[in-house]
Amino acid sequence: MHELTIASSLIELASDHASRNGRGRVTGMHVRLGVMCGIARSLYFCFGPATRGTRCEGAKLHIEEVPLTIFCEHCAEARSPRSLSNLRCPDCGRPSRKVLSGREMELTHIELEDEAPHPVAQARQTLQ
Amino acid sequence: MSQKRLVQIEQEILAKNGMFADGVRDELGSQGVLALNLIASPGAGKTTLLVETLQRLKGAFPTWVIEGDQETANDADRIRATDTQAVQINTGKGCHLDADMIQRALASLSLEQGGVLFIENVGNLACPAGFDLGEAHKVVILSVTEGDDKPVKYPEAFAAATLLVISKSDLAPYCDFDIEACVDRAREINPTIESLVVSARDGTGMTEWLGWIVRARQTQLQDLAHSLQARMDIIRNALHA
Repeated sequence: MHELTIASSLIELASDHASRNGRGRVTGMHVRLGVMCGIARSLYFCFGPATRGTRCEGAKLHIEEVPLTIFCEHCAEARSPRSLSNLRCPDCGRPSRKVLSGREMELTHIELEDEAPHPVAQARQTLQ
Repeated sequence: MSQKRLVQIEQEILAKNGMFADGVRDELGSQGVLALNLIASPGAGKTTLLVETLQRLKGAFPTWVIEGDQETANDADRIRATDTQAVQINTGKGCHLDADMIQRALASLSLEQGGVLFIENVGNLACPAGFDLGEAHKVVILSVTEGDDKPVKYPEAFAAATLLVISKSDLAPYCDFDIEACVDRAREINPTIESLVVSARDGTGMTEWLGWIVRARQTQLQDLAHSLQARMDIIRNALHA
């Protein structure tokens, strides 16, 4: 259920950046989510309704899922564990506590669209 | 014509919560207060364990409790019955506590040097794991009536915790809960997680649990003393330079 909190934080963050960059509307958000967060699908689900009434309304959400990698001290290398609930090195079987990737929750980019002039105003301008 | 622009952000989505958490950590650090964030499903026995803990810690050092529940002040009332100062936070539909809520709650507690603050999170093994409250340690509590495969089902809570407390051990003979298998599964996710088996009802493991709290408090106070000493040394050196 906390995907709604994540969605709201995301919208707040994007809106803050949008206001610092003029009066534009946010039409897209690019997010990096680690697989350990496990909320990609539910975030897509609640994102639309959460944007309603904000300057991010109608924005498209793009999620890049980041796979889980650990650092195995014994092999002295980065490894990809076999499952999310077993953080052992798949080669030597030793446990590792160093998660290199898979826990990210970052807003990387936003797409801004500067507001188009009102159609009537635009038509008047064309007539003039 | 509308114009499209791509703006680079590269920021943590929960950066704001992180900021509040840092604020809480600073405030607790300056007061020398150890904060423990207790995470468990509803009905795991968090409040019962807490009530028993507070009674046994009476006179040792000051204690406070922040209670998180979607509704009611039932839990805070149970805590206050032990003469411990408690703040109840009702999250409504919210499924977890966040650091902003904790910072507000701290304002109504009269913290003293060297005490221990227990934060009982909303009953939920999933969502609270992702939110830093500015605590020193997350403690995950799992009762023997819940199933020993919970670490595999909710890995984040076990990955984030320093200690796993297996509660209601008095009911173990009536449940098919394999304590050893459960601890092994938790260690697959978090190799350094410590574990304890307790029963607030018959007192099993309470001494070990209290011992763990006392050690965590001592470690934090020692670290605080060392960092203050280091700062004093820097200031003294500057003074005599």
